[in-house]
Order: sequence, then structure tokens, then C-alpha cells
Amino acid sequence: MTNKPFTGSNSLLLSLEYEGVEVIFGVPGGAILPAYDPLLDSPIRHVLARHEQGAGHMAEGYAMATGRVGVTMATSGPGATNLITPLQNAKMDSTPLVAITGQVGTSAIGSDAFQEAYTTGLAMHCTKHSYLVTDADDIPNVIHEAFHLAATGRPGPVLIDIPKDVLNAETEWYEPTLAGLPGYNPTTDGHPRQIRAAVEMIEAASQPVLYVGGGVIKASASPELFEFAEAMNAPVVTTLMARGAFPDSHRLHLGMPGMHGAYTATTAIQNADVLVSLGARFDDRVTGKVDAFAPNAKIIHVDVDPAEIGKVREADVPVVGDARNVLRAMNERVRTLRETTPAPARDAWFAQLDSWATSHPYSYDQAADGPIKAQYFIERLHSLTNGNAVIVAGVGQHQMWASQFWSFAEPDNWVNSGGLGTMGFAVPAAVGAKTARPNDLVFALDGDGCFQMTFQELITAAVEDIPVKVAVFNNGGYGMVKQWQNLFYGGRISASDLGTAVPDYPKLAEAMGCVAFRVTHPDEVDVTIEKALAVTDRPVVIEVVVDPDEMCFPMVPAGGSNDDVVMGPEEL
Amino acid sequence: MKQHTLSVIVEDKPGVLARVSAMFSNRGFNIHSLAVGPTHVDGRSHITLVVDAPELEQLKKQLHKLVNVIKVQELDTTEALESEVMILRVSCAPAGRGEVSDTASLFGARMTDLSQNSMTFEVSGTPNHLASFVDHMKPYGIVDMVKSGRVALKKLSDVSPSLVGGNSQ
Repeated sequence: MTNKPFTGSNSLLLSLEYEGVEVIFGVPGGAILPAYDPLLDSPIRHVLARHEQGAGHMAEGYAMATGRVGVTMATSGPGATNLITPLQNAKMDSTPLVAITGQVGTSAIGSDAFQEAYTTGLAMHCTKHSYLVTDADDIPNVIHEAFHLAATGRPGPVLIDIPKDVLNAETEWYEPTLAGLPGYNPTTDGHPRQIRAAVEMIEAASQPVLYVGGGVIKASASPELFEFAEAMNAPVVTTLMARGAFPDSHRLHLGMPGMHGAYTATTAIQNADVLVSLGARFDDRVTGKVDAFAPNAKIIHVDVDPAEIGKVREADVPVVGDARNVLRAMNERVRTLRETTPAPARDAWFAQLDSWATSHPYSYDQAADGPIKAQYFIERLHSLTNGNAVIVAGVGQHQMWASQFWSFAEPDNWVNSGGLGTMGFAVPAAVGAKTARPNDLVFALDGDGCFQMTFQELITAAVEDIPVKVAVFNNGGYGMVKQWQNLFYGGRISASDLGTAVPDYPKLAEAMGCVAFRVTHPDEVDVTIEKALAVTDRPVVIEVVVDPDEMCFPMVPAGGSNDDVVMGPEEL
Repeated sequence: MKQHTLSVIVEDKPGVLARVSAMFSNRGFNIHSLAVGPTHVDGRSHITLVVDAPELEQLKKQLHKLVNVIKVQELDTTEALESEVMILRVSCAPAGRGEVSDTASLFGARMTDLSQNSMTFEVSGTPNHLASFVDHMKPYGIVDMVKSGRVALKKLSDVSPSLVGGNSQ
């Protein structure tokens, strides 16, 4: 080997190794080419996605299944613009992500050069922060700062745009510092006075609800939440982003609240006298009509991001801090309290909750002759895997059913696109999750509409030896869109029919190097799942032909009050 | 919509002003005036913004979330030292110079340019002071006018701004 100079690209790769990166999901191209050369000699694995959006979602899936920072890399121009959706998705769901994009040479910036886009400008509103590196000597500090920003405080995506000449410039690597972040100091410990006030308020409540959001997962605070809920004898609801933060089987768990949530969870919040938001953000899918949300509740709002507090609903006890630190501090107080005082029984509250749960369960009708209901398939999959799987979903009816009918026992086993609602998320995110956790079963539950947006990443899975499993619920259309058209647009089905004739999913899957099955009858569900589980060396696709008319309930119509949960179409 | 004066200390880095101003344009709020300049600390800039907005609580928090923003402060007019600079040109025939000059001098304005048919003044002071100057120049015929963004600092004394500026000579 000749004595090549040490360049910005070498520094970049060394920095990524220094940050402990084990895999990059990316697609090469002109401007980022210099970085791909030293990658050949690096211990860091590169997974070659078939589209930059796929690469971005893979990095998100990796991050959500591990809590570590996901890394994606793309070239300038179209490579960078294709990353915009994953960046915004990661921003909305607070997923730690670092995106590295190539840029045209410094002297060509602003000249409409080939494959030029104003990447940092485009990324300004869909990242936590972004960098344009103009000096190769800055690379170690910038990468270090980016990983710190992505992972700490409220996590999120950070983009680093590096012009080609900077990647090629001769430089030196040095031990980086965070001295360049004088304005970044997230508050992670709750104020002791607020923590004391919160505990006292919950203790005195007769109808409290712990409203648990994705922040509890990001903060790895499940054990602390478990201790707190039990010690306070307070019921728990987990939002779409928090599924698995608290075991679904626990007597205190009421399920997911909101638009398609469990009746008991939604109604408990409406009747709460104290609502304790832990890393949740009063999203409109949870609150419904804000003015009618939890009308009698005093609000305790715990969030690491001060801008969330008071954004949607005024908090009576605001607590700025990381969910784990705050829960630990609250647990300490409660332990002392329990030495002298038993936990409040709240018998009347629990009797009321039980009665709602009994009268308003999630339900569906699986006829013996079919058609298959997606809910049935999900329940059978759970049973046949004992729930030991990372479940990944796209967006729509299938996502809601997955959240409703999969009983989660642990955090980090649920990967989905919550805030942005990005259709097509499941396949690439599953590839990322499986890359992170090769020994775990990673099962994407996808809709046919979503699948058709990103299925090409199954080629990545097959070629890169990432054996994910994907169930495609084929109802021949955009089910949730159709549901709204049926319910609110007089049944006028506009542009939501995909048809069932094309594509032939098993053939398509086989062409991409997957093992494929099609299941059309309820009797075949178990045996098909077992066959799919038996394949461990290649990706598997199961086309599940499901009832095209099935709708997702419960439902609170958009903009409606959460007092008006609709249990089925007959109630509308 | 109410006018608010915001004082924002930021890192002196490329793109910071764009991030700060975008925070307002994203929400459809108009930036009425803007001034950016260095502070006494190396690497720190002071941005003073006057914005039309219904309320700023959420916006201040969002500004503070910007990684390069170090401090955000909303300044009430009664507790701020505010100043603007203006260059104003009035039409003026040679015979009228005396009167225009006399009026301008009442405002502490300094003549910076003189032509056959116009006089140009530079004046600085509070927004009210400048507004009043404009009112008094209007009758002569304002030909051109440019005003800087407002700069502001929080006042530490209890004395009202009119007393501080007014009788110090």
C-alpha cells in the first residue's frame, strides 16, 4: 500500500469508530464517494439500501430496537432529499439518528452544480441540528457533537453535510470535545420541589392515570415506571410510542389511549382527577378535541423537553427532566412514604375501570370460513411465538391492530412510525432492527399499501443476509383511507383501491430472494406461521389475504371529544 | 397582534440567523425589525428582534431549543434600553436650510449630507424619538429614509428611559 495522505474521509471513519458505530445504512454517489473508500478498510459494516429513504428508516429501526444512535449515509442532491422523510420521521418520534451526506465541492456550492441541493437548509426543520463542514479539521468535533446531540436530552436526528473537497482534504484526527456546544445543556434532573409536589398530588388522587409516552422508552425507564406504578397503585396507559414500556398483562395496564385506543384507557383519562404525563406530548391522536380532553384532571407533566410542557395543555405541576431520573427521584420519596403509609386502595376507581374493560374490550369477528381478519393473524402470531419478537409496523389499520392485539411485555420490541405516520416505514425499519438484533425474531406487520412503497428493501435484506419476516395484510387498498371514505365521505371510494390482482406478492417476494407464502383461509394461518418461523436463513414474506371491509375500532372521529368513543360502525 | 422585543444571545456561526428567523416565518409571524451584531464576548452575537406575534411563550422555548442559541429574553419596553439609528433625507431649497437645521438639532440629529435641494440627517434614539423626528420632518418632504433594526438591552436601574436620556446634559 502506498502512503496515502490522511484525509477528511479517514477522519470521518475514525470518528464514527470512536463513537462506537457498528453499522451504517447508506447508498453511495458522487459527492460522498471519498467516504466510501476508507469504509472498505473499516470494521464498520455498511448495509447497502436500495433507496436512501430505506437507508434512513433502517437506521431508525436500528435505533428504536436498541436505543443506540442509528447512522445513515447518502450522497448530495437526490441522496440527501430522499433522506428528508426519515429525518422528519425521526424528529417526530425523537429517534437518535446521525445522517451524513456528501455535498458538492465548496467552490461549487450555490452554483446549481450537478446533484446539488441546499441540504442543510432542507434539513433545518426536520433535524434537531445540522452541520455544514467547511474545514476537514472540524470533523472529529462535529461528529462527536452530532452523536451527543442525537442521543441526549430529547433525542433526535442530526445531519452532517460534508463537501467533497473537505472529504478529500488532508487533515489530522484528534480526541474530540464538546466545547463547541455552549448553548446546549438539557435539564435531566427534575426539580426536587416539583417532584415532591407530584408525588403528593398522585398520592392524594382518587382517580389518577399515568399517561406514559415514548420518553419512557427513550430514557430506558421501564423498571422505574414499574416500581412507581405499583408503589402508587396507579393505573397506566401507554401511547403508541410507548407500547412495551409497561407490560400489557399487568393488572394496572389499561392499554393504549386515543383515536384507536382501548376504550378503558381513553375513558380513564377522561375521568381522571390527576393525569401524570411521563414523556408524552399530548399528541392530537391521543387528546382528540383538546378542550374536551381530561376535563377534570390536574396535570403533572414530566418531559425532558421544556417546550413540550404547556404546549398543548397547561401543567399544574411541570417537571423538566429525563423520565428515568424523575421516576427514580419519585420512587425514592415513595419508598420513604410507604414505610409509614400503605398505597391508596382506590377500590371504586379500579371497580369502574374493570367494569369498562369488561363491557368495552377490543373485539373482532373471525368467521370460521374466512375471510381472515388481520387481528386474528396477529393474535395467532403472538401465541405461536410466545410474544418473543420485535414487531415492526407501517402506518394505517394494520398498525393500529398490531398495537391493539399484540401483547407487549418489554420495551424496545415495538418499532413504528408514530408522529409522522410514514407509510412504507415497516420493511426498511425491520431490516434495521434485525441488523441490530440478529438473534431475535423481527416480524414486520405491514399493509399492502405500505409494502408497495418500500418493498425493494427486501432485496437489501436478502443480499445482506438480514432474514426479516414480513406479513403483508392484503386488503386491496389503503384501508384507513377507505375506512374514512366509508364513514365520513358517504362511501365514495376515491383513489384508495389498489386491487388484489397485481402484484402477485409471493412471486414478487421470491424475485427479491425471499421465501414466500400466501394464506387465504383462517385454518391455514397457524401452519403458515409455523412454516415461516422455520425459515431462518432468508427473509420471508407472508401475504395474508384479509377482509377488505374490516374497519378499525374503537375510534374517536378526528376532532371529536374523547368522551365519544365509537365502538363500531353501527354507532356512527 | 402585539409587538414584542426579543433579545437573543447566539453563537456567532453561519446559519444561526436563518434558524432564528425561520422560527418566526414558520409560524407566519412577521419580523418587524432585526439587528445582529457582536457582543463583548468573542464568538457571541446579540440578535434583537421586534416581532408581531400573539404570544411568545412557546416560541421562546422553541428558540431556546436551537443548539446555537445561548439565551433568550423578552424585553418589555418599560424595562428595556432601546435604540435605533435612522438616516433621513428631506427636500430643502437653500433658503429653508436654517429652519430645517433648527428642527433637526432639537432631536440631536446630525447633518451628514447636503445637496442643492436636500439635507440628510443621521439620528439615533428610542423608537418614539425617531417617530417624532419623522413627524417633524414630514412637512418639508421626506425624500428617502432608512432605519436600522432596534437594539435593546435590559435596564438594570429603576429610572425610566425618558429621564436617562433627556436631562443628562
